[in-house]
Amino acid sequence: MWRFLARTIVQRLLLLVVISIVSHTVIHLAPGEPTEVDAMNPMMKAEDVARIRKSFHLDEPIHLQYLHWMKDLGTGELKSFRDGLPVLPKIWERFLNSLPLFLCTTLIVWTASFPVGIQAALKRGSRYDRSTTFFAYTLISIPGFFLSYLLILWVVRTFHLPVIGLRTFGTDSGSGIMRVMDRIWHLVIPSLMAALTGIAVLSRYVRAQMLEVLAQDYVRTARAKGLDEDHVVYGHALRNALLPFVTMFGLLLPGLISGSVIFEQIFAWPGLGLLGYEAILARDFPVILTLNFMAAALTLFGILLSDLLYALVDPRIRLQ
Amino acid sequence: MSIQGGQNPASEALAPPFAEAEALGSAETPTQQLWRTFRKDRLAMLGLYVLLALLVVALVGHVLTSFWPIFDPVTVRLPDKLRPPLSPASSSLAKDLLPPFHSYPFGTDEFGRNVLARMLQGSFISLSVGIVAVSISLAIGLSVGGLAGFYGQRRLGPISIDTLLMRFTDVVLCFPTFFLILTVVALLPPSIYNIMIVIGMTSWMSTARFVRAEFLALREQDFVTAAKALGLPEWRIIFRHMIPNALAPVLVSATINVAHAILTESALSFLGFGVRPPYATWGNILADGRSYIFDAPWLFLIPGAAILIVVLAFNLVGEGLRDALNPKLRKRSG
Repeated sequence: MWRFLARTIVQRLLLLVVISIVSHTVIHLAPGEPTEVDAMNPMMKAEDVARIRKSFHLDEPIHLQYLHWMKDLGTGELKSFRDGLPVLPKIWERFLNSLPLFLCTTLIVWTASFPVGIQAALKRGSRYDRSTTFFAYTLISIPGFFLSYLLILWVVRTFHLPVIGLRTFGTDSGSGIMRVMDRIWHLVIPSLMAALTGIAVLSRYVRAQMLEVLAQDYVRTARAKGLDEDHVVYGHALRNALLPFVTMFGLLLPGLISGSVIFEQIFAWPGLGLLGYEAILARDFPVILTLNFMAAALTLFGILLSDLLYALVDPRIRLQ
Repeated sequence: MSIQGGQNPASEALAPPFAEAEALGSAETPTQQLWRTFRKDRLAMLGLYVLLALLVVALVGHVLTSFWPIFDPVTVRLPDKLRPPLSPASSSLAKDLLPPFHSYPFGTDEFGRNVLARMLQGSFISLSVGIVAVSISLAIGLSVGGLAGFYGQRRLGPISIDTLLMRFTDVVLCFPTFFLILTVVALLPPSIYNIMIVIGMTSWMSTARFVRAEFLALREQDFVTAAKALGLPEWRIIFRHMIPNALAPVLVSATINVAHAILTESALSFLGFGVRPPYATWGNILADGRSYIFDAPWLFLIPGAAILIVVLAFNLVGEGLRDALNPKLRKRSG
């Protein structure tokens, strides 16, 4: 067990180094330097550009730039190209904004998908099953921003309430309870929108998994014993069907960074996705690279976590 | 992880029925059997009809918008700005500017361009973005998966080819895909081909894994041993015998990937990194339309509905194929 853990961690760390080198190379070799974003600015003289490039180490060979990036990241002194602010506190601040959105989305996805998927599996071939199937495919097929705009239009026209941003402008002076309610209202709609695709995918997966398990011999045995249907479905079938979903908890983690660029952009939610988008527009290499690096690290950590969780819940699996 | 339950049995879907059909002397080939099962799925058939219609529309639209001046999607008609759908053309237009049948079935946009013509042009381009991107991802996925599955045991120094290629696949899988696409598209010079290439290069990983798994299973099968015993060259075994048998799961994921590529293109357009003018795609018509969502909602609703219908059709056909290729389900549904 411990040997497995040690070996996996070493492997994953090596993989992370490879990933960081690849992403650094891709981003630095692609055309378009930070100094070229505003190339026509008359205030910038050639020597200024040269000075800026020197202070960002952009004039050095690419492997030295990589070492600079890694060193600054390690010592926490990495500065954004755009505004000179330290990158890590900047990311932390945005992370705190993304976290509630992510948690709320995940909560909606997981609480809504299971009842829908289980019902569809139990009533296989019924009208309920066919309509949820069709509805799920429709949700997967809609461009997320199209549906969000329609919903924003509808909410604004029907309830005359603002939905964009973290909070309603001008409510800072309101009472505590009012501010909390306002934050929650602003949280619910973006997370609902971000959750819809997740619900569609996950409920289909729950349905497939339940169908698989319901066809097993031990379910027939449980029925033959005369157990009541609820006990068979929730006590025997569902518990076994849950196994693969445990691993999905780990795989959710990277969604924290990359999952919500579109929705954060629509709802002007100052989270990690929007930070990445702004950094890409400004060719802010330290921020882009660090976000990419963190996303990869989260992915690798998530895979490790799901392996461990799987071993924890399924005694048939031994980690060697 | 996505809905990919029941991928593995698809490998057996083609081989055993083939043997059975021979033994029973029945004339039904695996393709006929697949079609018979697929046809029973009403939603998938509906999707197939939609896709066939789309193909006709895209081809006809491409011919019309490229060669017939009155269908030219870039003709600017300033007197007819933001006309709602089905409205007639204004009489002040010069004769050679008049739209077909003197009316705008889908309305006009902020420059008075005919939305019908733009949608027709967009259908061809959106479809090509999807199909070219998926072809690229198929080519990479088939090569990587095929090499790892067939030549995986050979060694390059201390590590086997299989380890090398599959670890590389893992590395690419660790990148946040949409973020990577966004970064690269934003940094590269804007061009429709770059978007196709980038989408293709970030979506081949699942294909590679399927193909490798199929190849590992197929390599042990008797017909491959027989082909080797006959002294066939390796390329012939790979291309004539193994790839056709490994295609089943790849076909399903390719169909669904076209849908993904169309959605990705529209999301890129929304963020301002999509296909640039003068090309019209459904994605950028939709993205531009959102600025007029109050004054001219048809500019937003028409491309949105078109994307929804087409992507839905691709998804339904893909799922129908998956069910038809899955022998377990086929038995159960009788």
